[in-house]
Amino acid sequence: MQITLNNRKEEFDRNTMTVLELLDEKNFTFRMLVIKINGQLVKKADYGKAIIKDGDDVSVLHLISGG
Amino acid sequence: MQKKTFKEIRTILAARTVGIAGAGGLGSNCAVALARVGIGRIITADFDTVSESNLNRQYFFKDQVGMKKVFALKENIARINPEVLVEAFDIMLDPHNIPQVFGNCDLIVEAFDLAEMKIMLAETVLEKMPGRIIIMGSGVAGYGNNDSIKTVKSGNIYICGDQENETCENLPPLAPRVGIVAGMQANLVMEILLG
Repeated sequence: MQITLNNRKEEFDRNTMTVLELLDEKNFTFRMLVIKINGQLVKKADYGKAIIKDGDDVSVLHLISGG
Repeated sequence: MQKKTFKEIRTILAARTVGIAGAGGLGSNCAVALARVGIGRIITADFDTVSESNLNRQYFFKDQVGMKKVFALKENIARINPEVLVEAFDIMLDPHNIPQVFGNCDLIVEAFDLAEMKIMLAETVLEKMPGRIIIMGSGVAGYGNNDSIKTVKSGNIYICGDQENETCENLPPLAPRVGIVAGMQANLVMEILLG
């Protein structure tokens, strides 16, 4: 499948994946994240069951302290 | 670059309301910048008091140490541009009160210190105030490296900062970089509101 991840096209060798699988595959190890699939918020508790499929627009925003 | 006279700019901004979540390094500097260009109304919320250690970056004065930040900020804005209406909430923002406090704002500037709070605000706005624009700050610590500071956009969320340098003992948040990011947030507010 092909998805848009943070405004960039990415190919994955499978038909669907959970948010958790995406984070694992991309080696995103940050914990302070805001994740959206097609503009819809995915809460942390749902990372293991939220499904990403072909054509989805996924944002993984990493936020850090300081201000 | 869109061209407008300062008079035209002030006329448009005078009718607009900006919410600023947090009145510390990012919030106080962003609020003052927006007050100087004539934003109509600023709604700001913070529970903290001005401390000596804030003065290396926050828009407060030594004689304001001990004051609640939102009231000190309101006082300072009144001295700069008394036409700006400042609604100051001395509260800890949470998912319950954010929609009430910022419900009437054209857009919201996220100006917290802690990443946990930044995420809480983004999640609350995405969930309870869909479509509302949030301008966040992330990555302000340290000094130097001007060109690493940028803006990224994701739908209704904009993030200003270097996205990399987190505050710690050896990487304090300081006036120049915090001021740059606060200025970028204010600049983006203008760009969005003025079209």
